[in-house]
Amino acid sequence: MVNIIDRRLNPKDKSLANRQRFVRRAKRQILDAVRDVSARRRIADVGQQGEESIRIPADGLQEPSFRKGDGAGVRRHVVPGNKEYQAGDRIPRPDGGEGGSGPGGGSPDGEGEDEFQFSISRDEFLDLFFENLELPDLARTQLSRVEQEGVRRAGYSVSGSPATLNLTRTMRRSLSRRLALHRPRREEILELDREIDRLERSGRDPERLRELVRERERLSRRSRLIPYIDPIDLRFNRFVPTPRPISQAVMFCLMDVSGSMTEDMKDLAKRFFMLLYLFLERRYRHVEIVFIRHTHIAQEVDEETFFYSRETGGTLVSPALDEMDRVIRERYSPEDWNIYAAQASDGDNTPQDNPAVIERMDRTILPVCRHFAYIEVSGERGRGGVTDLWMVYERIARSGRPLAMRRVRRRGEIFPVFRDLFTPVERRG
Amino acid sequence: MAHDLGADTGLLYDGPDWDYRRVRRAFDAIERIAVDEMGLEPYPSQVEVISSEQMLDAYSSMGMPLFYRHWSFGKHFARDEMLYRKGVTGLAYEIVINSNPCLCYIMEENTMTMQTLVMAHAAFGHSHFFRNNQLFREWTDAESILDYLDFAKRYIADCEERYGHAAVERVLDAAHALMTHGVHRYPRPRPLNLKRELERERERQRFQESSFSDLWRTLPDRDTGEDRSDPDLDARQTRLGLPEENLLYFLEKHAPRLAPWQREVLRIVRLVAQYFYPQKQTKVMNEGCATSVHYAIMTRLHETGQITDGAFMEFLHAHTSVVFQPEFDDPRYSGINPYALGFGILKDLERICTAPTAEDRRWFPDIAGSRDVLGTWKTAWAEYRDESFILQFLSPRLMREWRLFSVLDDTDADAMEVEAIHDESGFRAVRRALASHYDLARHEPDIQVVDVDLAGDRHLMLEHRVVDGRRLEPGNSRMVLRHLANLWGYPVTLAEVDAASERVLNRYEAVAPDHAVT
Repeated sequence: MVNIIDRRLNPKDKSLANRQRFVRRAKRQILDAVRDVSARRRIADVGQQGEESIRIPADGLQEPSFRKGDGAGVRRHVVPGNKEYQAGDRIPRPDGGEGGSGPGGGSPDGEGEDEFQFSISRDEFLDLFFENLELPDLARTQLSRVEQEGVRRAGYSVSGSPATLNLTRTMRRSLSRRLALHRPRREEILELDREIDRLERSGRDPERLRELVRERERLSRRSRLIPYIDPIDLRFNRFVPTPRPISQAVMFCLMDVSGSMTEDMKDLAKRFFMLLYLFLERRYRHVEIVFIRHTHIAQEVDEETFFYSRETGGTLVSPALDEMDRVIRERYSPEDWNIYAAQASDGDNTPQDNPAVIERMDRTILPVCRHFAYIEVSGERGRGGVTDLWMVYERIARSGRPLAMRRVRRRGEIFPVFRDLFTPVERRG
Repeated sequence: MAHDLGADTGLLYDGPDWDYRRVRRAFDAIERIAVDEMGLEPYPSQVEVISSEQMLDAYSSMGMPLFYRHWSFGKHFARDEMLYRKGVTGLAYEIVINSNPCLCYIMEENTMTMQTLVMAHAAFGHSHFFRNNQLFREWTDAESILDYLDFAKRYIADCEERYGHAAVERVLDAAHALMTHGVHRYPRPRPLNLKRELERERERQRFQESSFSDLWRTLPDRDTGEDRSDPDLDARQTRLGLPEENLLYFLEKHAPRLAPWQREVLRIVRLVAQYFYPQKQTKVMNEGCATSVHYAIMTRLHETGQITDGAFMEFLHAHTSVVFQPEFDDPRYSGINPYALGFGILKDLERICTAPTAEDRRWFPDIAGSRDVLGTWKTAWAEYRDESFILQFLSPRLMREWRLFSVLDDTDADAMEVEAIHDESGFRAVRRALASHYDLARHEPDIQVVDVDLAGDRHLMLEHRVVDGRRLEPGNSRMVLRHLANLWGYPVTLAEVDAASERVLNRYEAVAPDHAVT
């Protein structure tokens, strides 16, 4: 007798462990590929798809074996489909080797390829991207302070409001109780009724009729005694209140777009914003982005305008901070939103504006921000020396405010700087 | 109602849907034909229903239901999944495991006709082949393979826990690289018994821990007073069992710096390689056997009115695409399809047995007209492997039908030359050339351990016997040599020697280990 076994319900991800080993092995290559992919995307698009198809170079992933090479030597190919050849005919060697490769030719499993293409899930993508990163300690302590009350499912209880009645559980218990106590089924009683009815009409067999009527009474008494649903059957969903951190965040992108910012610098800034967005998105259910560009005036714009339109004018930082403050007050109350800000600039500021910047940062911006990251982009050439804005911010940072600052010159530095900003102190090597 | 169908019409099923009752009925009907009418002797079967995802899972670890863990399987899975999702490749209809009971997977997405076909193909065709073919009987142990794999999986998981993922991965990487050269190609006196392996493992470890290897003694022998640091080659070769072509075996037994668990890991990989070795040598026959069996059974089911005309048409569609052989100038051509060749030869044998021509009588005097098709098939299935099977049974008529021709490609000449075609003077040459393609010993490079420099820097010397001037692919070989050196613990050299002239064609200079495996 053959056994037929349904294995479909077996745990599915049998190869998950192998996959994890593979991803670990290919981590460096995957990371490079991931960064490559992210460079081409809009900020909010990166990692948005359910899956990311990436190509990685195969070095370190080959499975080598001794095999004969394609070079010199004598081979014999036996192939089907001869049309015109006679023994002794000479055939020019095909370039691609397409026509002449016998069973020995070609690699059946595509080994030896230079590149390897596969999909990684969004979670794997982001896990790799932000491995070991944390929101800064400072922000975390504040995070735990600002919490909301929420409720969470926590099993079942025997009492509760009718609205939380759990039908499935209740009915299951009711059914088992009815079965156990032999409560007569409705069909049984109906059947009996019909039988009685028939006998009454025909008037035959009064003995049996009496018996049936007695039986009918017994059954209805039993069904009255054993209720369809008894209070002991009732089960309610149980909820417990739990503190829940605010699960939405807003991210302010501030950028100096005056003439001194080159396209290169903007590109650097864009990459940084992109990383920050992804990072926040990992931790908050809902993330909004506000773009504020400034010259000597500041305005909130959309992403396209933010990165690609040109403006001329002097450079003042405080209007941008004012604009941010306005937007916060209008739309993003610190009670409900986790506020993050990232500012990119080449460091220019009109010296007269510096006191205003300090005042705004101290009074209005930093108190409501979880984290304020400032990156100074300086293009390839780099101007050495310390800029106005850097000095100002350095002073603020020294007073222990949630302000982090770094300089970036090249594309390759973006990710390290980002990691550096968000690597918890205890993990820095 | 569905369950009355069979009683009324004799049909096993109607329509595409399958359920357990129908599968079981179909299986029983197939079994009646296969065992009672055809006299096949398969293992008892276990049919397992899986989803496409599980099929992919099974693919990636060599088709086995349980296997130890390694990143390369994850890589294969990632690629297979990608190809499958994009629709580049379909999934196999079935996977069958050479075990007792024979595990046969069927996929939930398939229609009832496909399930019937798959069961006939795998649970009877392949299973009969596994059980009766000489190579399998000699080299594999269907009784205990699943137990052994279970042991292997746990053993390697234990090692990972005890010595760390990285250490185990290094050994496995190296062992996998040598897997093609981890088999005994010629029978040893005792057949494998994997169950005994399990018991012997502990014993072996105790013994090794309590004994020490005399191999590395370089001190002068006190008794004789002579310096043993320069023993002659013969004695050394005898002591180490050289030359040895099973590289994994050699390393397991003689590598000086491996820990016991590392030897055991090598052993696991080696035994797995040995288990699969017969399958590599009988691809054409195995598939030919299974395909002929499913063809015979499905035809019989149709003849006896157990499946509908529609189902039979569906079967024929699947069958013809399985045995389709494009010609060499067809863009779809990618080598000779083993299903087509195996099925072609077996069907041709049937013709030779029942309706031979004068030519057949000349070429196959002992079977032509014997009328014993099944007997001929069974003998072929039991006694041959691909190479000898083709050499013995590929008929002139089939070569003509396929219009087979043999092309000689010598890189020294400026063009390829048609050596022989499907005519009276070329039949034998074409057949010989085709058969040699399936000779693994010829297909895979012949690499042997020839010597160890015991007195000097202990480096290991390998030799590749070059046939037809075909040298090794250098990039891959260097990587494998590095793995080999890591296992050996000392440098490794490889010389490529022409088998005909004994001339050294190429030398891979000492590849040193880049990290100790320990």
